Amino acid sequence: MIEVESITKRYGSLVAIKDVSFSVEKGEIVGFLGPNGAGKTTTLKIITCYMPPSEGRVKVDGIDCFEDSLAVRKRLGYLPESVPLYREMTVRRFLRFVAESKGVEPKKRQKEIERVADTCGLSKVTNRIIGHLSKGYRQRVGIAQALINDPPILIFDEPTIGLDPSQIIEIRQLIKDLGEEKTIILSSHILPEVSQVCQKVIIINKGKVIATETPANLTSQLQKSTKIVLQVKSDSQPIDSIIERLNNIPGVLKVSREDHNGTLIVETDQTKDLRPQISRTVIENNWDLLEIKLHDFSLEDIFLELVTKEEEAS
Amino acid sequence: MAGFKPVYRKELYSFFASPTFYVVALIFLIIAGYFFFSAVSYYNILSFQGMQNPMWREQLNPTEMVLRPFFMDISVIMLLVCPLLTMRVLAEERKTNTSELLFTYPLSDTGVLLGKFLATLSVLFIIILGTLPSLIYFGTLTPLRWQIVGAGYLGLFLLAAAFISLGILASSLTENQIIAAVIAFGALLLFWVIGWSKAFTGPQMARFINYISIINHFENFAKGVIDIRDVVYYVVFSTFFLFLTLRFLESQRWRG
Repeated sequence: MIEVESITKRYGSLVAIKDVSFSVEKGEIVGFLGPNGAGKTTTLKIITCYMPPSEGRVKVDGIDCFEDSLAVRKRLGYLPESVPLYREMTVRRFLRFVAESKGVEPKKRQKEIERVADTCGLSKVTNRIIGHLSKGYRQRVGIAQALINDPPILIFDEPTIGLDPSQIIEIRQLIKDLGEEKTIILSSHILPEVSQVCQKVIIINKGKVIATETPANLTSQLQKSTKIVLQVKSDSQPIDSIIERLNNIPGVLKVSREDHNGTLIVETDQTKDLRPQISRTVIENNWDLLEIKLHDFSLEDIFLELVTKEEEAS
Repeated sequence: MAGFKPVYRKELYSFFASPTFYVVALIFLIIAGYFFFSAVSYYNILSFQGMQNPMWREQLNPTEMVLRPFFMDISVIMLLVCPLLTMRVLAEERKTNTSELLFTYPLSDTGVLLGKFLATLSVLFIIILGTLPSLIYFGTLTPLRWQIVGAGYLGLFLLAAAFISLGILASSLTENQIIAAVIAFGALLLFWVIGWSKAFTGPQMARFINYISIINHFENFAKGVIDIRDVVYYVVFSTFFLFLTLRFLESQRWRG
């Protein structure tokens, strides 16, 4: 559906993105992940034909963004990062302008505006002036304008930034619902958002793609060891004694102290689950076992690991 | 040319939704009214003198004494008012990032620009037409040749088109509206006063300067003369600056 072929974008001497390639299949929700300033917005602006790349090319639905940009733009709905809107207009007037711009037939405009307003929960505010709406509602107007004329591809640049938690949940749910029939690219620097919503993650840092995977695959690839977190307690023995005992269990790679309340992190071989042995060791040595759990690698860990690795390499 | 109609309608809406339009229109019409009043008063005094002196009566001419100065006065007010209308046209889109919407919708750049240009021209011409009732009233008092009035308004329309094309170019250069207004005003003034320097340049240069000067071409219209060369001048002037704006918008997107 979207093919990005080794695009590079330079702003004067500054290289914003370098040799970025990826492709998005029909019906996928793809998370575009990276720290601030990594080149996410630049890439999205190129895909949406807002600006041409310095090198490389982008094809949407088989159509080159540069050669037939109007045809590409017809297939896209785009929510820019700053959610720009014509603030002096009412919601209805603005959506009508968008419908006219996207070439919705005059007879169908009214219906289309109502459909989109309904999907985004804007029905109550259609006659209010956009500038007077709250941030959450403006965000929805931004999404609504992207949905007009039912484009098969949606591109959202940081759609939940600056919203309160309940609004974030609503917008995420909305995106999930939309993802059932559409191809979506979602940029974000918030990791849980991506892992919740997306089927595929593209991680970009300093203008380069450093990983393209499903969230689950990323986790398993990077998980070379298993971490077990446990909390132990004893009134009489020093903590070092139990650390030593744990270290002697076959398969344990490393035991480290997390804090002074007796929380320990045990890194073990990935192949087997050592929780039974660990808990037995603790009890047999007259320690109290308060808590034991497997520590899952979160997308945050992966992200940090990838980004720092990248920095070490360069 | 996808984009002309929606953008034209949106721009008109934005003009009428903003207080700028009403303030500009009010000031424009007050000053135009004052100029009209003083031109008519002057004509009035001369008419009284004409009652006593038959020689004077021969020379009384409402076209020469009221219409022509009135149209020239309006062109001066337009010089001041035009940058205020054009300054927001592109600068505001850039400042508020709405250009990102506009240029990711399936609209052609030419369509967008023409929509904006013609909307601004329509708005300014609506304000200019606000002066028409004064002339109609004057026409009830003394016989006027309406072809001359028509020529005057055609001239104002073309002059407005030229002013606005340059104003929009200025607005595409910056995202600061004040700077856009200052650039537009400065450039227009330069095109206005350049005609004055023909007195101290060589004959070749003088002809060129005479042709370039934006107001020289208007004087014919104010007299009621429609010369095709003047029409061509304004059409070429507007087209040139709109073309430049288009190129400029494109290069901005290339640079990011």
